[in-house]
Amino acid sequence: MASSSTTANGHSDPTRRDFLMVATGALGAVGAAAVAWPFINNLNPAADTLALSTIEVNLQPIAVGQAVTVKWRGKPVFIRHRTEAEIKEAEAVPMSQLPDPETDNKRVTDTAKKVRPEWLIMIGVCTHLGCVPLGNKAGDPKGEFGGWFCPCHGSSYDTSGRIRKGPAPKNLVVPDYLFTSDALVRIG
Amino acid sequence: MASSHGTPPVFNNKVVAWIDHRLPIFSYIEKEYHTFPTPRNFNYFWNFGAIATVMLVLMIATGIVLATNYTPHVLMAFDSVERIDRDVPQGWLIRDLHMNGASFFFIAVYIHIFRGMYYGSYKAPRELLWILGVVIFLLMMATAFMGYVLPWGQMSFWGATVITNLFSAIPIVGESIVTWLWGGFAVDNPTLNRFFALHYLLPFIIVGVVALHVVALHVHGSNNPTGIDPKGPQDTVPFHPYYTMKDGFGVMVFLIVYAGFVFFAPDYLGHPDNYIPADPLVTPAHIVPEWYFLPFYAILRAIPDKLGGVLAMFGAIAVLFILPWLDTSRVRSCTFRPIYKWFMMFLVVDVIVLGICGSKPPEGFWVPLSQLATLYYFAHFLVVLPILGKIERPLPLPPSIADSVLKKKAV
Amino acid sequence: MRKPFARNLLVSGAIALASFTVGTVAIAAGGTEHPPHRHWHFQGPFGTFDRAAAQRGFQVYQEVCAACHSLSLVAYRNLTELGLTENQVKGLIKDITVTDLNDEGAPVDRPARPSDRFKKPFPNQAAAAAANNGKAPPDLSVIVKAREYGPDYIYGILTGYVPYDKLTPAQIKEFDVKKDDNFNKYFPGHKIAMAPPLSDDKVTYADGTKATLDQEAADVTEFLAWASEPHMEDRKRTGVRVILFLIALAGMMYAVKRMVWADKH
Repeated sequence: MASSSTTANGHSDPTRRDFLMVATGALGAVGAAAVAWPFINNLNPAADTLALSTIEVNLQPIAVGQAVTVKWRGKPVFIRHRTEAEIKEAEAVPMSQLPDPETDNKRVTDTAKKVRPEWLIMIGVCTHLGCVPLGNKAGDPKGEFGGWFCPCHGSSYDTSGRIRKGPAPKNLVVPDYLFTSDALVRIG
Repeated sequence: MASSHGTPPVFNNKVVAWIDHRLPIFSYIEKEYHTFPTPRNFNYFWNFGAIATVMLVLMIATGIVLATNYTPHVLMAFDSVERIDRDVPQGWLIRDLHMNGASFFFIAVYIHIFRGMYYGSYKAPRELLWILGVVIFLLMMATAFMGYVLPWGQMSFWGATVITNLFSAIPIVGESIVTWLWGGFAVDNPTLNRFFALHYLLPFIIVGVVALHVVALHVHGSNNPTGIDPKGPQDTVPFHPYYTMKDGFGVMVFLIVYAGFVFFAPDYLGHPDNYIPADPLVTPAHIVPEWYFLPFYAILRAIPDKLGGVLAMFGAIAVLFILPWLDTSRVRSCTFRPIYKWFMMFLVVDVIVLGICGSKPPEGFWVPLSQLATLYYFAHFLVVLPILGKIERPLPLPPSIADSVLKKKAV
Repeated sequence: MRKPFARNLLVSGAIALASFTVGTVAIAAGGTEHPPHRHWHFQGPFGTFDRAAAQRGFQVYQEVCAACHSLSLVAYRNLTELGLTENQVKGLIKDITVTDLNDEGAPVDRPARPSDRFKKPFPNQAAAAAANNGKAPPDLSVIVKAREYGPDYIYGILTGYVPYDKLTPAQIKEFDVKKDDNFNKYFPGHKIAMAPPLSDDKVTYADGTKATLDQEAADVTEFLAWASEPHMEDRKRTGVRVILFLIALAGMMYAVKRMVWADKH
């Protein structure tokens, strides 16, 4: 351990001996790393978990001005059917007022580049420390920007789900989604 | 401990020296695993302590990862194990390692126990070392038994039922104890839950007892094939690199055989019935425990009386605790015991015969055979060992370990 | 040192071999007539699943066995491992509906998705038993691992029926066979609840293979062997690599060990 080479015998050629020692040690280290991998990989999402990682949501029952929360990959997803006024308000905000500048247009585009500004789809997890913001249900406080308000540390989001005030660093995350028909959206 | 050997090491690395001055872990490693004087004449049987340690670590590591995906509930346990096999990334590998690891842990420990018995490693001053070993063996049996219940297949369920029912043989309180073990009126969800909790706990207790086992070992050092004590530096070599390298080689060879089973016959040592989900209403036609319990299972069935069978089975292990005091011989190693050597070999055959009897249905000539084998098992310890030690004339012992090594070389 | 070691290795090898033989013979000695051994594509250290046979076997399962036997641990998505594309799987399941709960908690039928497990023929064990004269047909997910002789047993059962008029009077007497009983050579006790499930041309194979009883039985066994252990090929592949690696490392460790001990022998 501390001084292995001094205790080994002096009979064989030291160069050959050192080479053999180092080569064996290296091979052993490779083996140890290869053994470690399945143990780590074991904790990754399993095949059945991955197979459930997309959901389909029917948009028909959601009236203008209403919002629903659905569970996707164990997290809440906010789907808001925005009013004309809310869309206008979101589009009118100058980029300079946003801590995390992003156009409203970009946040309502699906993976096939289809833009439907009336549907705002976001993961309902505050980007500060992971609480679920209020504002998705009628009667919830919506914060001073008319969007969402996180009760944990007071972050306020606007009608596009962008951070406007408070400790959260980023806008609410928009997941990948695709409108498979007029009334159906596939998330994930 | 072991303050006798060598001067305290000097560490050149400042950080190592700083830590060691406050917490002498490096001195400890240096003393106990590097310069530690070890008899120079070990044969390959002395590899199995290291091999058993490797298996223990492997079992704990695979077990912890399996526990992250396993569900201890009667309705979900079977499927959760199959999910580990099918859906969890490389889950099949971890499970096959764990499942076959139990068998190979026992193989290593059985060889280790045989080595201790053949070379008299249990004799003074190593009695407590031996007893700690028997405690480890008992804890392993308990752990393995509870682990086998977890997949909740037919053998899991019926094995649990039969083994827990052993305690009902105890007069008066037996039934209450069994109900207490079950947490209900049959093996059911509470049983599965507590078995899972204990199956997770016991390995760490084993680690603790193994630590004591090693501490006890390093007080007087290892025994060796001659059974005589080292008389000076010419009889010993430093543990590292001599035995670290030899153990390393032995571990690799053992792992090759183990890998052969894990990757090419993972279910060979198991039983097909355990792939049938547990059904409390149907007992499989022929229930057997895992192979490593078969000799004890045969002893249980050899006695045609419920309490007697249970006592015999536990007695078969209990007798190992008093082994150091049953052996009256003044030499340790069977190498120098011309008669006992053959009794010792016969005991190995006897245990294998018991194992085969344990795997057979209790009918026909298997019944008297297992009774004979049981009789010899106890006679070996309680009659042969005490009497033979008094009357047997041992072969002349070599004057020292170094002498015996040189003599062998000359032959 | 070298010679005794080689000898020891040989001796332990011989002992191991002998105990294996004893073990195998011991297993073979018990129970009823055991099914003849057949060569399977997936056997041996390098054996793989015959994809075409397993796909045909899936067809046999789906069209015949699935009427009574569930396959609850296998999901439709798993079929891609048998060489089907994702679209082929979607095509296969487009007519299957499964029961689920809608957002209001009411049960609804919805089209099956690839992530769904194979649809069960009966809602639960009790219903399965009730519909089958009191004994629920076993789930087939791990059936090949759950029976002694594995694939040989499954194939044996499917092909081992003997019609009543072909039985000897001695057999009829010994096993108390009635005219309506199903007699199977390889089933423990011989009287099996399942009527002969397969026969010539029970299915029509898309790939033109002639659907004889033998062919159907072999194909569905191949499929069920896959269902029992879908990762088998991965296991063997990994095993070859691991063992080659361990042999190399053991060889080097042996060289190191000999070198270290050179002056002590």
